[in-house]
Amino acid sequence: MRHLRELIFPLIAVAAAFVIGGIVVLVIGDNPITVFRLLVGSALSYPDGIGYTLFYATPLIFTGLAVAVAFRCGMLNIGAEGQLYVAAFATAWVGIKFGGTVVDIFGTPTSYAWVKLPAIVLLPLAILTAVVVGAAWGAIPGWLKARFGAHEVITTIMLNFIGIALVSYFTQYHYKAAGDPIMQSVPIGAGAHLPRLGSFVSGMPERIPVNIAFLFALLACVFVYIFLWKTKWGYEIRATGANPQAAEYGGISVRKQMVLAMAVSGGLAGMVAINEVLGYRYRYYDGFSANYGFMGIAVALLGRNHPVGVLLSALLFAVLLRGGIFVDAFAVHTTKDIVEVLQAIVILFVAAEALFRGTFGRFGLLKRSKV
Amino acid sequence: MRGASNIFIIFLASTIRLSTPLLLAALGGLFSERSGVINIALEGLMLAGAFTAAAVTHYAGSPFVGLAAAIGAGIVVASIHAVACIRFRADQVVTGTAINILMTGVPALLSGAFFLSSGATPQIPQAQLIPYTPVVLAFALVGVSWYVLYRTPFGLRLRAVGENPEAADAAGVSVSRMRYSGVLISGALAAIGGAYISIGQSSLFTRNMTAGRGFIALAALIFGKWKPVSTMLACLLFGFADALQIQLQGVPIRGIEIPNQFIQIIPYVLTIVVLAGFIGQSRAPRALGIPYQKEK
Repeated sequence: MRHLRELIFPLIAVAAAFVIGGIVVLVIGDNPITVFRLLVGSALSYPDGIGYTLFYATPLIFTGLAVAVAFRCGMLNIGAEGQLYVAAFATAWVGIKFGGTVVDIFGTPTSYAWVKLPAIVLLPLAILTAVVVGAAWGAIPGWLKARFGAHEVITTIMLNFIGIALVSYFTQYHYKAAGDPIMQSVPIGAGAHLPRLGSFVSGMPERIPVNIAFLFALLACVFVYIFLWKTKWGYEIRATGANPQAAEYGGISVRKQMVLAMAVSGGLAGMVAINEVLGYRYRYYDGFSANYGFMGIAVALLGRNHPVGVLLSALLFAVLLRGGIFVDAFAVHTTKDIVEVLQAIVILFVAAEALFRGTFGRFGLLKRSKV
Repeated sequence: MRGASNIFIIFLASTIRLSTPLLLAALGGLFSERSGVINIALEGLMLAGAFTAAAVTHYAGSPFVGLAAAIGAGIVVASIHAVACIRFRADQVVTGTAINILMTGVPALLSGAFFLSSGATPQIPQAQLIPYTPVVLAFALVGVSWYVLYRTPFGLRLRAVGENPEAADAAGVSVSRMRYSGVLISGALAAIGGAYISIGQSSLFTRNMTAGRGFIALAALIFGKWKPVSTMLACLLFGFADALQIQLQGVPIRGIEIPNQFIQIIPYVLTIVVLAGFIGQSRAPRALGIPYQKEK
């Protein structure tokens, strides 16, 4: 019964999004049924539909979990976008500097590396870098809030721009192959490549980019569940989010929890790099994120900030992301931008849901530090 | 040499031009936030204005009709934010984020449907672009905003509901009416700022064309400590950084090329520095972000 109640509001939000989205499609001059069939139907085919859906779901699971962990501590991490960019560049940097000889864009073997580490060392190092750098970039707004009371919403927005500009600078001026017209780094060494699912799942061709990172995403769901509900740290984070004053009375250092929650949040966002850099492009590519960081907010809200919910809503949004391509190709008037409209309506409905429930969990926190 | 004064004038003009959309959006944000409603939706409101202005000017042939329509669109979109935040007491930051996402989608969707393009409106002829009107308006509005906020009963009430809604309510001020006014004004002003970008500085709307200016306006508002004149100075500073970045692009100074990314991040770094209290304190309106529930 409790689980059913948890499901009902997200379902209302999704239904509302499709009804309002359907009206929008109708006004534009398309048949909503046709458009929604394109949007959802394309995800069900095997191997392409399912393969690409899982590929798109991977970053959304990471960013959804990232936003959810911060939410549980009473903070809104709008900075996942910046965290994942900074982490992606750092991960690529490790893959470049410790990866040995690679074939550059002109097909010539070149080495940009200091040394060549074996895959068994390089891969874990690169993955660790994604987590640690994401965590560090995420901890900054946590620290700014704990130390100075600076609101995390504003600082994360600012740090997004700063982080994205910095990695774009490093890419453009230091890590781009001479003569490469695309804003991308030189490739990472082969030792840092993560295998694609196609290399061991039958019937899944290797051209489909879904890779081991998807399994990492599933593990991250389990990790977040255990961390939040089975450890002392998680308990203290949730206590801080539920009622910071009471938590402080209970002997919990609220400031420490804020930094910890934002670091874990940033680390999860940083794991997007595992999928993107190590499993898909094998280089840093400027502007790669399809707003994964911001979609994480919708994913977390719709998933009720619970790992199971995050997994389910990440899959839903992945279906829509994939379906958007088909809407662009086959719908007469509607474009893939309908996905953003649906996403926004979902967020609005979930946000206004507090009214129906009478719960104002997050508002208590906003009293202490302001935008 | 054409003379240093010439360069100075060109630079000054460019700074003022680039500050204008920031200033309009920031003044809008000022009204919303002084009434107690966080407005990170400025970016989305600017996009609404930019798209509507370009699309309507294309059909109507007059930039002033386009500007009027943009103001209408800004108010409509802002009312979504207002109703969710005030009537439904939704989280203001979450709602603002939703508006921003909505407004990257809707203009692109509509231009795809009406103009069969991927998120852009058709080019508007030079003669139909808006002249310097929004620039004059923006700087005039600094004085007007100051007067309204500090010298009129409306301004007093607006600030009162942002600082202490319970007391304002007890004194007979309608908290929700004041907050609706604040948010809707922010929609109108941010939309004018967006319109100036599409039919003033440019000659068409392109997808996401405001490129984060709504967030820089928000930064200017915080940097300006939620005060009209200081906010204007912050906008001029950020506009100057923007002008500098354009001037310095690919131009080496004494053999060293300054990467434009370093200039781009100036407003964001300054905002964090100010928020952390390194340069003076920036104090938000006390009731900012807290939904008000009238006691029964």
